[in-house]
Amino acid sequence: MTMKDTKHDGPPRTPPRQSATFTQDVNAEIRRAAATGIYDIRGGGAKRKVPHFDDLLFLGASISRYPLEGYRERCGTDVTLGTRHAKNPIKLDIPVTIAGMSFGALSGAAKEALGRGASAAGTSTTTGDGGMTQEERGHSSKLVYQYLPSRYGMNPDDLRKADAIEVVVGQGAKPGGGGMLLGQKISDRVAQMRNLPQGIDQRSACRHPDWTGPDDLEIKILELREITGWKVPIYIKVGGARPYFDTTLAIKAGADVVVLDGMQGGTAATQDVFIEHVGQPILACIRESVRALQDMNMHREVQLIVSGGIRSGADVAKCMALGADAVAIGTAALIALGDNDPRWEEEYQKLGTTAGAYDDWHEGRDPAGITTQDPELAARFDPIEGGRRLNNFLKVMTLEAQTIARACGKNHLHNLEPEDLCAITMEAAAMAKVPLAGTDWWPGKPGTGF
Amino acid sequence: MQTIDLGTTALRELNASLHAQAADTNQTAWEIVNPRGSHAVAVGLDAPIEVYVKGSTGYYTAGMNKQATVHVHGSAGPGVAENMISGTVIVDGDASQYAGATGHGGTLVIKGNASSRCGISMKGIDIVVHGNVGHMSAFMAQSGNLVVCGDAGEALGDSIYEARLFVRGSVKSLGADCIEKEMRPEHLEILRDLLERGGCDARPEEFRRYGSARQLYNFNIDNAY
Amino acid sequence: MCGIVGLFLKDSALEPQLGAMLTDMLVTMTDRGPDSAGIAIYGDDDGANTKLTVQSDQPDAAFADLDKTLSQALGAPVTLERRDTHAVLRLPRDKEMDAVRILRDAGEVRLMSAGSTLEIYKEVGLPKDVAARFDIASMAGTHGIGHTRMATESAVTTLGAHPFNTGADQCLVHNGSLSNHNSLRRKLQRMGVHIETQNDTEVGAAYLTWRMQNGASLGEALESALDDLDGFFTFVVGTKDGFGVVRDPIACKPAVMAETDQYVAFGSEYRALVNLPGIDEARVWEPEPATVYFWKHSDPQVPTGKAA
Repeated sequence: MTMKDTKHDGPPRTPPRQSATFTQDVNAEIRRAAATGIYDIRGGGAKRKVPHFDDLLFLGASISRYPLEGYRERCGTDVTLGTRHAKNPIKLDIPVTIAGMSFGALSGAAKEALGRGASAAGTSTTTGDGGMTQEERGHSSKLVYQYLPSRYGMNPDDLRKADAIEVVVGQGAKPGGGGMLLGQKISDRVAQMRNLPQGIDQRSACRHPDWTGPDDLEIKILELREITGWKVPIYIKVGGARPYFDTTLAIKAGADVVVLDGMQGGTAATQDVFIEHVGQPILACIRESVRALQDMNMHREVQLIVSGGIRSGADVAKCMALGADAVAIGTAALIALGDNDPRWEEEYQKLGTTAGAYDDWHEGRDPAGITTQDPELAARFDPIEGGRRLNNFLKVMTLEAQTIARACGKNHLHNLEPEDLCAITMEAAAMAKVPLAGTDWWPGKPGTGF
Repeated sequence: MQTIDLGTTALRELNASLHAQAADTNQTAWEIVNPRGSHAVAVGLDAPIEVYVKGSTGYYTAGMNKQATVHVHGSAGPGVAENMISGTVIVDGDASQYAGATGHGGTLVIKGNASSRCGISMKGIDIVVHGNVGHMSAFMAQSGNLVVCGDAGEALGDSIYEARLFVRGSVKSLGADCIEKEMRPEHLEILRDLLERGGCDARPEEFRRYGSARQLYNFNIDNAY
Repeated sequence: MCGIVGLFLKDSALEPQLGAMLTDMLVTMTDRGPDSAGIAIYGDDDGANTKLTVQSDQPDAAFADLDKTLSQALGAPVTLERRDTHAVLRLPRDKEMDAVRILRDAGEVRLMSAGSTLEIYKEVGLPKDVAARFDIASMAGTHGIGHTRMATESAVTTLGAHPFNTGADQCLVHNGSLSNHNSLRRKLQRMGVHIETQNDTEVGAAYLTWRMQNGASLGEALESALDDLDGFFTFVVGTKDGFGVVRDPIACKPAVMAETDQYVAFGSEYRALVNLPGIDEARVWEPEPATVYFWKHSDPQVPTGKAA
């Protein structure tokens, strides 16, 4: 907007000034709330800017350290999950797994594509709220079965078909909250799998129905192990809120693997206020969780999978350097499949949004045919092509992480350390507990008086 | 009848033995002695066998049961028959909280009282309680039937979906969106069958029926709490 | 997040076995809390003395002359009976306030409990080890409470272990997690209440103490706790003469009670009760949410002083 500060015939005037507090976005949301009487519900993770992995950089080798040669000198990427108690731990070729996303939130074909891509890349996929589908089990060589408060579709046969069980206590988008799936997406098949009437809003509980607290969780884990013959690993997934305590208690309750999801982690649908205002960025959670593992003498004995805004091999390498054993991707995997692709821009415009910003996944009108149960839209998505794209993306992430690890002189990704990193902002230095670039200091470093 | 003494046999061994029974097993009757409040007794069974537990049990007795009949000659701890798929679980004494939680099918009979959250999130199971049930019973109950021959505690059927609740005695209070509904002939028939399967000598006509007002099925600001 | 046991004897013939029965109950609950364990025993009352149970991490040095120095400072006789890291000091009742002040100022030992019959023993470790250190099994008494802890957010230390002393001959144990303890701690501290740790349960205990110092009965204090404490809790409390239980309104932390002509017993799980005499014929039930239960030796036949 151009604004003259004078009128032809008058004195200079003050140009109109927008409030930094009551921005146009804020005002629009107030008007929307006033008109509708319902909070904004959407999918995805936190969109606000928070300190993230982009604020960390690796210290490549020069003279004091020796780098490894690309392509020729080995840099391992495999990881074994669930070594603490399970007879059959999960062995993955790469430390990038697919996070839990439900059939219901996603179409059957999208779940199939995740299975195809992950299996080709040698990694695991994860079910979500709503049970295990044939598409997913059939196409996933390693499938993690989520055990959620709703227990939709939960049954012992599927439990025994799983390669691991993930007890979901919380997720990063909404630590302390339950799920929401609005009526538009409760199709016949989804309703049947969840024992719900068709077309109603589905509210998932925030607490499990038959245990509360780590002392009872320990007994619940015993039951799950007895039902599955102590064969498969038990993961416990928590949202990034109090990672030190939650990791400690997950270990005390008997977890084989802790899954830690930061606030950038996505959800199929919940209140925008929850997504943007509850939880901590994943960058701030990892070191605290690792500290808990170390204090319990369980680092690398109980494995740590982190998630929430992981987009590239650089992010993977940074997570591992901070102490994680593997990562999980959700949003990035959907984008790899074709979610929010500009090729559908015309249709995004019709929905009042634009490619990259589309987050009304709960409305079931996804032009890309991924987060929908509408048969016509879902038919746009080709699971074989989607699987190929996901496999490509996972391979690129792995190659990128290897590139960085070799540059740091590592023959395996799990040998990356916090000391291989520096931070370029004070915030990231404090959260990741790595030195601010050019210094040997970070805010909060013991003995430095800050 | 095979007898397993939990005083001398590990839980793992007990459940592994029961899991090893196939649909056409000859060893159809099992007796478990000295349970002494143990957790996860007879969980994940999947064969038409009969298991008699002589004494009281801890958490998640007969959890995720399929096909089997598990009879507890005592009281059961939290989460008895949780997520049951089919078969029958009978508790002679009382059941602690979360009895029959998220059960998809089968029949759970509690001859004493059930504590809080009986039938929470039930998804098709039939539960018959000879005595009373505690607060928040049938919370978010999706489908199936809960029969209470005694009284129900506070907030019965809160946020209920399509489960049917039959109560003979008093209801301390109804939860959000749960209302009394007309008892029609088809409900009396369903209830008659449930009472018979549950071994109750009560008459269906003595019960009242409760279910969903269906006002929470789609979001409405007036329902916010 | 923990395991709780409690035993209130109606039949005095069982009193010599109180410690042994409680120990057995508590050891059964080990899985619920591996971090620390503690037991409150209501034992003998000589009619003249107060008992101060104190603890030290360097007991050899701390307890060596404690009775003599305290006796000199008070100008009154003091006896000391040591049990591992704990010791019970007996001194005339009218000297209790002075003794507490002197011990706090000196800072050599930590005060675990004060009262005419109550003794509290607690340490980091598993119930069986903690009970063995203090030889709890040999102790006689009229009633007692035990606790085994799985720490949630505060430190695993002796002071973070339960039971917490809430006033003369009063103690409290907790299973659950309070969600407003930080602001309540600040409020109580501003009013001069002494709170030592970041533990949520200590705040619950201090809250009850404060209410009772301001004229509330224990029952009234527990009822107001239902309004003022947020979060999840099952509390078991002991007094010189009685034993009480209260659960929060949501009541999802487990609680099982059993009553016979001989005793009233509490366990986080039924497993804790299975070795009690006559348990198969006992009345077994779960306490209702937001309801105060109380039993008193002076009136043991009117068990449930239900309120709220």
